[in-house]
Amino acid sequence: MQATARRNTELSLLILALILGGGALALVALARSTDKLATALPFTAVVAGCCIGAHIAMRKLVPQGDHLLLPLAAVLNALGLAAVYRLSPNGFGPTQVTWTVIGIGLLLATLVLVRDFQVLAHYKYIFGFVGVGLLLLPLSPLGTVINGARLWVQFGSFSFQPGELAKLCLVIFFAAYLAERKELLAIASRRIWVIHVPDIKHFGPLLIMWLLSLAVMFFERDLGSSLLFFSIFLVMLYIATARIAYLLIGTGLFAIGAFIGYQAFSHVQVRVQIWLDVFSPKLISDEGYQLAQSLFALATGGLFGTGLGQGRPDLIPAAHTDFIFSVIGEELGLLGTAAIILCFMLLVAHGLRIAINAGSDFGQLLAAGLITSFGVQTFIILAGVTRLLPLTGITLPFMSYGGSSLLSNFILLALLIRISHQSSSAPAPAHTAEILVGGRG
Amino acid sequence: MEAQIRRVGVALVIAFLAIFLQLNYVQIFAAEDIASNNANIRSLLAEYSIKRGDISTVDFKPIATSQSTNDRFKYLRTYPEGELYGQITGYYSLVSGTRGIESAYNDQLLGESGVISMQDVEDTFLGSGERGDDVRLTIDSRLQELAREQLGGQEGSVVVLDPRSGEVRAMYSNPSYDPGPLASHDADEIRNYYRSLNPTSPSSPLLSKALRTSFPPGSTFKIVTAGAALESGQFTPSSTFPDPDAIDLPLTDDTLTNFTNTSCTGTGQIDLFTALEISCDTTFALIGLRIHDELGNTAQQFGFNDTIPFDLTTEASTFPEVPDDQEPLRAFAGIGQGDVSATPIQMALVAAAIANDGVVPRPRLVREIRDPSGSIVEEPAPETIGRALSSATAAELSRMMTAVVQSDSGTGTAARIEGVEVAGKTGTAQTVEGAAPHAWFIAFAPVSNPQVAVAVLVENGGTLGSEATGGQVAAPIAKALIERDREIRQW
Repeated sequence: MQATARRNTELSLLILALILGGGALALVALARSTDKLATALPFTAVVAGCCIGAHIAMRKLVPQGDHLLLPLAAVLNALGLAAVYRLSPNGFGPTQVTWTVIGIGLLLATLVLVRDFQVLAHYKYIFGFVGVGLLLLPLSPLGTVINGARLWVQFGSFSFQPGELAKLCLVIFFAAYLAERKELLAIASRRIWVIHVPDIKHFGPLLIMWLLSLAVMFFERDLGSSLLFFSIFLVMLYIATARIAYLLIGTGLFAIGAFIGYQAFSHVQVRVQIWLDVFSPKLISDEGYQLAQSLFALATGGLFGTGLGQGRPDLIPAAHTDFIFSVIGEELGLLGTAAIILCFMLLVAHGLRIAINAGSDFGQLLAAGLITSFGVQTFIILAGVTRLLPLTGITLPFMSYGGSSLLSNFILLALLIRISHQSSSAPAPAHTAEILVGGRG
Repeated sequence: MEAQIRRVGVALVIAFLAIFLQLNYVQIFAAEDIASNNANIRSLLAEYSIKRGDISTVDFKPIATSQSTNDRFKYLRTYPEGELYGQITGYYSLVSGTRGIESAYNDQLLGESGVISMQDVEDTFLGSGERGDDVRLTIDSRLQELAREQLGGQEGSVVVLDPRSGEVRAMYSNPSYDPGPLASHDADEIRNYYRSLNPTSPSSPLLSKALRTSFPPGSTFKIVTAGAALESGQFTPSSTFPDPDAIDLPLTDDTLTNFTNTSCTGTGQIDLFTALEISCDTTFALIGLRIHDELGNTAQQFGFNDTIPFDLTTEASTFPEVPDDQEPLRAFAGIGQGDVSATPIQMALVAAAIANDGVVPRPRLVREIRDPSGSIVEEPAPETIGRALSSATAAELSRMMTAVVQSDSGTGTAARIEGVEVAGKTGTAQTVEGAAPHAWFIAFAPVSNPQVAVAVLVENGGTLGSEATGGQVAAPIAKALIERDREIRQW
């Protein structure tokens, strides 16, 4: 597709996304009372202005960049914003608007600063150290415990989750590290049954990552983040080496870690119990209250939902962060949740397509790593709030309330767009593979 | 690496599909199951966000009303008159459910009766919040208050109704209960108070004695016996009976004596009219022995052995079918003792039927239902349960009951009212050995054009104890109520 045609498609989709998001926000405001409409309008205008501004800047900065990522992120972000505003019109709602504006600003800043994503590979060790540092920062005296997990860092009244940013840094580091030595890691020197197993010395990095993820689980008491980091690493290792053995051994190692965690920590056991038997009288009004309320919200929504602003998702404690999806589920029903899942799938599919077309090893690994972290994080939290898997609290990208999450996801988006622009501008890519949903653009 | 990336894509798609399937399960297939869990308070919250309609007396005194609150249940149900109307309004409770009018007219009070008015449409579009319909009862607060005042500390029950329309003008039993604490938004407060009301006991104040507790009706039942006798064609008011000191009960060595332990007149014989006037037990025992089956039929036509159709739950009064080999019980049945038992409302209906030309009115508690704009959406029409007696028999009985009050030799002279002819019947019902008798009085007035029928029951003789008779204890209460009703309605 021609650069201008791409950008025009992006603009029309963006307008569609903004109409949807603006409509949702207006409905939410109307449901409160007629005169609240006036307070919701500036929010819509600000977000719409930022999105359109970003689009105009992108026509200059990345004319060949992917045209679906921004509209998809915009629609998810706008619906999330409507849901957050719906829950907290005077508190989290306006703050989330601010974070969105800063997030879009960071997206553009990233595009301006990172003119060539290959440059990132040069600083891989810096990213690696910064990533690990950020990951372990909550364990420093700056860290604070919120909802039982030590995932936060507090600077005065300002707190953020360094894990979100650490994720990006580590993906850049892995991509660069693995691109450099994927051949080495892929050499199979042994064969166990039908699986080719690389030399034991190449398992070093795997073990280090495993220990790091265990540290997160044990000291920060967060199974979800631990699972996320380790699975990003495993998937990237697999993509780089095509060795199933890494996946299997890694999964086994994680299972051992999780089992130890289960034995060692009562809160992990409780999580599992809640998952198995959330409606038991013992759990439903106590530890299982939040998940039960989430399920009530989803069940109440049914197929069509109660309508925006018409349900009672405010009954879910802290709905605006980890449980934002259930809020949508109650008020927009299965139709709404299915649409959101579809948006996430489209985003992931496009991300993977960018990865396939990225041209260089580093580009492929970076794009794949970024979009995998995005997809896996989405899966972990959606599986949790729908009771498909035990709940581990992490944010839903672009939708949950929270600056750290929103900002790092906009940076992630910028990197993917940058990679797609560069590979499209490169003199004709080797081939454009079709991928699942996306197909040829 | 493309192949691996594509496989990762497949894995992620499968993962998202799994979530989609789980959502189908949670939001569609198991949705009803999950949402109906008691811990899901959404439907309660929705219900409590409706301004429930008021319940008022016929003279527009609010007795159940909704006040807005600041807690998450938007409206608090309050009962300004406390226990006075507890057994009528019932309660609207987060924990204990609903009872009484609150239960029977729940849909209307919530504004969900199916009649969509312009007001509903306005409420929906202007978002002014839903409001339920108001229920105006037939109870008159002035009579209700007087009923409580007259019973005072005595346990018992009072029912006042209009014999033509069946409208219940007062219904009070002591003890009653205050529904207020049950409507609290504090679950523990509700549970503690509810437990203190002994909800599972048959004597719980939650149950209206007027409707749900059967007592031996004693001599008030003689109206039914006399009615059956006249209807049988075998007797007239002037039919004479022997007047012994006691009658031998068949199959036993026992005898049945009069209340005074002597003959009723001392003349050796007595006619039916006089027997009712002075409440002669032996006469009605004899009738009970002679026409047991007919008596049973008449009792059933008055409403015995069946629950009385009413806005609130009632229990059936009983008239047992006594087999041949237990003939003494037939004698006791004739005087409203033995296994005969009646609720106060049943005895009020007996009086009402005599007043109403022999037809038993269906008792009613609701005058009308108004939507929030004030227009009437429901107005129950008078109905009858059926004819108990022929018009002629009713007229004869009316004359006989008038003599009970108006004749100097009658047992109910305490119910006389200056300028009003009152018809009535006393009852002093034996209960268990050693316990004071229940004092009854049933009446209607004025005889020529009956406006009000009353049943009064004072348990175990009230303040007079074992010395009490229906004439002394219950008749003055009936008198007071009739007088007040006359003042109110100016008949």
